[in-house]
Amino acid sequence: MAGLAAIFGSGAMTNSIREIEGMEVIFIIGSNTKETHPVIANRMIKAHRKGARIIVADPRRVPMVKFAELFLRIRPGSDIALLNGMAHVIVQEGLQNDEFIREKTEGFEAWKRSLREFTPEVAEGISGVPKEQIIQAARIYGGSRKAGIFYTMGITQHACGTDNVRAIANLATLTGNIGREFTGVNPLRGQNNVQGASDAACLPNVYPGYQKVDDKEIRQKFEKAWGVPLSPKPGLTATEMMNAALDGSLKALYIMGENPVITDPNMHHTIKALNSLEFLVVQDIFMTETAHLADVILPAACSFEKDGTFTNTERRVQRVRKVVNPPPRARDDLTVIKHFSRSMGCPMEYDSPEQVLQEFGRLWPAMAGITYGRLEKNGIAWPCPSPDHPGTEFLYQDGFPKGKVPFVPVPFTPPAETTSDEYPFVLTTGRNLFQYHSGSMTRRVKPIEQHAGEAYVELNAMDGKKLGIKNGERIKVRSRRGQVEIKARISRRVAEGIVFIPMHYREAAANVITNDALDPTVKIPEFKVCAVAVERIVSEADEQKNAEG
Amino acid sequence: MIRLTINDREISVPENTTVLEAARMHGIGIPTLCNHPKLTASGGCRMCIVEITGIPRPMTSCTTPAADGMVVITSTPEIEELRKLVLELIISDHPNDCMTCEATGDCDLQELAYAYGVQGVEYAGEKRFYPERDGNPFIERDLAKCILCGRCVKVCNEVQGVDAIDFGYRGFKSKISTSYEEDLDCEFCGQCIAVCPTGALRGKQWARKGRYRDIEQVDTICPYCGTGCNITAQVKQNEIIRITSKPGTWNEGWLCVKGRFGYQFVNSPERLTKPLIRRDVQFEAVTWDEAVAYAAGKLQAIRKKHGADAIGGLSSARCTNEENYLFQKFMRAAVGTNNVDHCARL
Repeated sequence: MAGLAAIFGSGAMTNSIREIEGMEVIFIIGSNTKETHPVIANRMIKAHRKGARIIVADPRRVPMVKFAELFLRIRPGSDIALLNGMAHVIVQEGLQNDEFIREKTEGFEAWKRSLREFTPEVAEGISGVPKEQIIQAARIYGGSRKAGIFYTMGITQHACGTDNVRAIANLATLTGNIGREFTGVNPLRGQNNVQGASDAACLPNVYPGYQKVDDKEIRQKFEKAWGVPLSPKPGLTATEMMNAALDGSLKALYIMGENPVITDPNMHHTIKALNSLEFLVVQDIFMTETAHLADVILPAACSFEKDGTFTNTERRVQRVRKVVNPPPRARDDLTVIKHFSRSMGCPMEYDSPEQVLQEFGRLWPAMAGITYGRLEKNGIAWPCPSPDHPGTEFLYQDGFPKGKVPFVPVPFTPPAETTSDEYPFVLTTGRNLFQYHSGSMTRRVKPIEQHAGEAYVELNAMDGKKLGIKNGERIKVRSRRGQVEIKARISRRVAEGIVFIPMHYREAAANVITNDALDPTVKIPEFKVCAVAVERIVSEADEQKNAEG
Repeated sequence: MIRLTINDREISVPENTTVLEAARMHGIGIPTLCNHPKLTASGGCRMCIVEITGIPRPMTSCTTPAADGMVVITSTPEIEELRKLVLELIISDHPNDCMTCEATGDCDLQELAYAYGVQGVEYAGEKRFYPERDGNPFIERDLAKCILCGRCVKVCNEVQGVDAIDFGYRGFKSKISTSYEEDLDCEFCGQCIAVCPTGALRGKQWARKGRYRDIEQVDTICPYCGTGCNITAQVKQNEIIRITSKPGTWNEGWLCVKGRFGYQFVNSPERLTKPLIRRDVQFEAVTWDEAVAYAAGKLQAIRKKHGADAIGGLSSARCTNEENYLFQKFMRAAVGTNNVDHCARL
C-alpha cells in the first residue's frame, strides 16, 4: 500500500464498490475476486451484465475468468513485464490521455523512454502472455476513460511488490483513469479491518492517519495529545521483528489477534523466532499455533461480542455492534489494553469505544467528522473532515495531495527464487472460497470443515501425467525451507509447471515452504512465488514391490 | 418520464419501468410471489395481475411496461378472486406443515395464504413428495415446499453467475434441479435461501435453533474479508442462530458462504475462557489481575534492562479501529517504542 501512497497520496481504494457498476472496463490483476471478495465479484458480474468488459490477468484460471473477455495467463512474478508491455502499446498507439499527462503528472518523457524495451514481444517472452493478447488488453484498457484496476496480494506479495504497484499506477496515470467517478486504482483489502488497522497506525513508521513518526512537528503534536514523550525512531515491521527476535535484539512481543506461525512465510523460522523471545504475550479468542508458544495468554472477545467500528476496503467506516456476550471471563481488547496500561503506570481511560474514535478524529482530520450517531444507518467513507461532510466515495476529485503524479520507471525484476533442476515447479499460495486465512475461525465451522476441510495442492493434468500422480493421491511438495505432504488436486486452474496451495491448513501449511524474501520498501514477503519440487510418496509396500519386480 | 394512473392516483415514473415497479415506487402494494426486486421478472406466478383500461384480460404487472396515459387498477373483486385461485392451486400441492416449518414467520406464501384466507382444502389431490435430501452441508433443499417461482435459479445466474441449478422435468414433475440431480456443489453463497419465498431453501445449521419469535436482530459487519458486508445477526438466548443481510444495505443483501454460514466459531467449545500463565511446560489458569500484573512486570523489567525497543507489538486486522488505535498508543506511549505492526502484508 506504501507503493500506491507514494504516488497518489493514499494507499487505499480510490473508488467505492458501488462505482464498479458504472465502469466500462474492469481490469483484475492478481486477485481471485470471486473467492476472496465474493460480494465485490457480485458487483463486477452486475457490471458485466450491463456491458462492462472484464480482463483478468492471473497465473491461475480463477473463477472470474468465466466473465472475462480476455484472460491473460501470466507466469507468477512477471506482472511488471505485462503492465509495462501494455503501457508500451498504449503509448505506441496514442491511446494515452494527453491532457491528464500535461496537467497532472510529471516525469512522462523519462518514463516513456524506460518503456521502449518493453515491446509486446519482450513482454510475451517474460510473462508468457501472447503478444496479441497484450496488445488487445492495452487497447481495451487504454481505450476507455471509465476503467478500474483491481488487485490484491497477487500483486503485492512479491519481492518486487512495490514495483508491481508502481507499474499499475503508471498505467492508470497514463490513461488518466483516476480521480473521477467509475475509474481508479483499487487494492482490495483481504481482512475485515486491515484498512482501519493501517489508518489507526498499527504501523511502525507513522502515527494515526499516516503521520510520520520521524517528523518533529507531528511528533510534538502527538506528545502533546498523549501527554508523554515519544520515540522519534521508526520501529520494526512484523517480519523484521521476527528477525530481531532471532538475533536477540527483540526480547518481548505482545500479539493481539494474530497467528504469525501460520500466516508468516517460512514457518520453521517463525517458530524459532518466537521461541527465542524472553517473553511472549498472546491475546486471542482461540489457542492458536502462536498462542501455544506464549508465556501469557489472554482470552479475548470476538467481533460479535463488542462495540466499535471497522473500515472496509473502500474506506467506509462502519459500525460493529455487540451481538452476544463473550464467554464468561473473556474480555474485549479495549478493556485489556486499558488494564495493561494502568499496570504499566500510564493510564489511558475512556468511558466508551466512541471516545477512542473521537480522540482518533481529533488527531486525523480525515476521520474528524465521523461519530457513532452518523454511522447508525450507513457507513461513511473517509476523508470526512467535518460533521456535515458526506464522506468521500472516490479520491482525488480535487487533485492529488502531493501535487503532480510522478511516472516512475519500473524495471523488471525476476522473483527472488527461480526454478532449478532440483526445484522445477513454481509454487504460488493464496486463499480458497471456503476457508479464511489461518483458519482459526472457519475451521471451527462444521459445514465449512465438512466441505473444504482438507488441504490440497492444485497440479496441472499434464504435470500429473508426467509424474504419475493421480487426482486425490497424497504427494510431497518440498522447497529449500521445508516440505509438506498433501493431497493432489488435478486441476485446469494452474498451468503446467505451476502448483498452488491454499494457506489455511495447519496440517499441510503452505508457509512451511514459502520464501521469506522481502520487498525492500514495504517488507512484504514473497508468498506468491517460490521454487518447489513435487514428488510422489512411495510407500514401503510399493518399494518392496519394485524390489521384487 | 412516463405519466400513468394507478388506482385513481396520477404518478410519473422513468422510462423502462414496469407497472409493478411504478406501483412500488409510489408505495402502492401489489401482491407478488415469483417477483424479486433485484432479479429480472418472469411473470410466472400470476399474483401480480392488474386491470389495465383498454386491455380485455388481466395483465401481469411485473412484465408489463408502464406507458403514457395508462390507467391501472390493482384490485377488483375479479382480480382478487383470480389471485385467490392461484393461491389455492399452489397450496393444494404444498405440505402445509407450517407448524414445524423453519420458514414460519418468514414465508411469503404463508403471508399471502393468511391474507387471502386460503387453507388448501379446495383442490385436494396428488402432492409432490420428495423424501430424499440433498447431502451438501450448507443448504437444506425441501423440494416439496418449492412453488417453482424460479427466484433461486435467477439469483444463481444473474447475481452469482454460478448456474448451479435450473428447472428440470415438465408439468407436475417440474422441479429445481442440479446437473444430473447430484448433491449441490456450488459456491454455497446462500443467495438462493435469501430470495426463496417459502421454506424450500433454508440453512441446514438453522434447523430447530429458533424461528422468528423471541429472537433479537442486531445489525453489524461481517468479520471476514475487507469487503465489509452489512449483516444482521439473529440471536436467541445469547447464541447466534442465523446470519442474514438486509436488501437495503450497500451490499444489497448478498453475502458469501463465510459471511452467511461461518459464525459457529463464536460458540466453539475451544474458545479461550481464562487468562493463562506458563509455568514450566504447563499453562496455569490465573485471574485477570494476576495475568496482567505479571505481563506488565515482565515488560517493565525487559524495558529497564534492554530499552523499550526490545519490545514489539503485533496488532490485528481482525480488531476494531478503536482497539487498534489504543494498541498502538499503548506501544508508543506506555511502552515507548514504535515497534508496532499488523498483518497488512500477509
